[in-house]
Amino acid sequence: MHLVVCAKQIPDPETPPAAFRIDEANNEVIPAQGIPPVLSQFDGMAAEAALRIIEGAGEGKITVISLGQESAQAAIKQVLAMGADEGILLEDEALQGGDSYTTARTLAAAIEHLGDVDAVFCGRQAADWDMGQVGLGIAEILGWPSAIIGKDAKVEDGSMVVERVTGDGFETVSMPMPAVVTISNEIGDPRYPKLQQIMQAARKTVTRLDAGELGLDPSTVGDAGARLKLERLFIPVVEGEVELMEGETAEEQAQALAAALREAKIL
Amino acid sequence: MARNILVVGELEGGELSSTTAELLALGTRLVDGGQVSVTLLGSGAGDAAGAAHAAGADTAYVSSDAGYDDFRSDQWVAAVEEAMGQSSPDAVFIAQSMAGRDLGPRLAFRNDTAVAMDCVSVEDDGGDLKATRSCYGGSAQATYSFATSPAVATIRAKSQDPLAEPSGGGDTVELSGAGDSRSTIVGREAAVSEGLQIQDAEIVVSGGRGLGDPEGFEVVEQLAAAIGTDKAAVGASRAAVDLGWYPTSQQVGLTGKVVTPDLYVAIAISGASQHMAGCSGSKTIVAINRDPEANIFTAARYGIVGDYKEVVPALIEAVNALD
Repeated sequence: MHLVVCAKQIPDPETPPAAFRIDEANNEVIPAQGIPPVLSQFDGMAAEAALRIIEGAGEGKITVISLGQESAQAAIKQVLAMGADEGILLEDEALQGGDSYTTARTLAAAIEHLGDVDAVFCGRQAADWDMGQVGLGIAEILGWPSAIIGKDAKVEDGSMVVERVTGDGFETVSMPMPAVVTISNEIGDPRYPKLQQIMQAARKTVTRLDAGELGLDPSTVGDAGARLKLERLFIPVVEGEVELMEGETAEEQAQALAAALREAKIL
Repeated sequence: MARNILVVGELEGGELSSTTAELLALGTRLVDGGQVSVTLLGSGAGDAAGAAHAAGADTAYVSSDAGYDDFRSDQWVAAVEEAMGQSSPDAVFIAQSMAGRDLGPRLAFRNDTAVAMDCVSVEDDGGDLKATRSCYGGSAQATYSFATSPAVATIRAKSQDPLAEPSGGGDTVELSGAGDSRSTIVGREAAVSEGLQIQDAEIVVSGGRGLGDPEGFEVVEQLAAAIGTDKAAVGASRAAVDLGWYPTSQQVGLTGKVVTPDLYVAIAISGASQHMAGCSGSKTIVAINRDPEANIFTAARYGIVGDYKEVVPALIEAVNALD
């Protein structure tokens, strides 16, 4: 069995709001000083789901693929340290600056390049742009079925069985492979690599592929191929000024709050 | 410039969902002389067409085939494609629901076009559609234009107002029944709280990681009960849900539910952007937190800085004392 995990490196979502800044002239997030980028947390969860399947099957391999710049090696190495076998970095000037559409096209081309993939695991959304469409885009381009927002996945009798989160509970879906699965935080925290695994991952080689090797026309990928044009990126203004309840004791503060809510006709 | 807009409708208990009505109203505001259409799929679709017309649809594409009742994306995509073939939309609007999260990207990639997910507004800017959505877990907002047609956008629930006055009648066109699906639903587990649902509640009282332990939710529930179980429901932050302290169905935030109550009481919730994405549309936010620097206070109208273990029981008494 050959599984692929798609991994994205993003600015740390735990960056304190005060340190989150935008360069409005260039519609870019300014990297916060001293806070290194991280593997998108949902992608770590996708890796966890893939690892559980391989461990359950007792055979097979996991290839982790990332579209990004040189620094995205760190995201690939993290998934390798968790237990993935091989890494591929899709790094090429022509592939940069795209949108979810071109990202899905590029990743799908890499998966086709591998040729023998049984399933692809992605995070439910990347925690930077929060779009949640790359996994589905890969499925659509490859003509594969998909199940999104999974909390667990198993392979049973050659089918991919995904327990997914719905608005009012959980649903278990079975589909033929190859298939795409996206994983949500309901799966729980991904495993933390042991020191020995981190050292082993450092020695694993990461293959690089560019647009030409993927058979992609540069005019269809990256910035040139993007379908969504970012016009403006900004930090929303939060209105409102908080009125802190005064009082010597919790009782006094609570009474002041109840009175304020009553006066505002809310309670 | 006249444009045709297709809304992918959803039914709840066989009736038009409130979000579908919101999307239809958005369609009427942007259609500029074109046609607003809607797809309605599943049991009750034919009966819901009238409500869809009143909500702004000129044409309802319906199939009452019960095969659509369970959402399987490949069947729904085929039906919406059939309606797209007849209505030639310039834009397709879909709710950012569990179905919409799947359909939006599927339809966009099928049509070799772009989708903007979880939009809070779509506007006509000199003839071009511009969609605004939050990103970076709610810390930022981004406005996009579409380089290809049709423009596909999923729209956040309650971000749009429905029509104030019902619109006139319209046409109804039958769609094909559900075809085969590659997906089989083999199991289902309901995980819904009894009674009032958080999306429908006038007042939501939520607890977060700062409660310290799952027992902390007992006082949160007691406060909701003191306010009234007909009005108030209990929510939770993702951190609390991830710790297993409260059910996933009650999660408020970017990856949970979006709530827009009259009053949102955040207890021991720091106010991370991804949480605020689920509650910032509340009319009034009250924050109770030990940390005066907590982000939640920047969005709150009223606040108490203190230990919830002291403040919330006192607040329950104060609420009970109100006549």
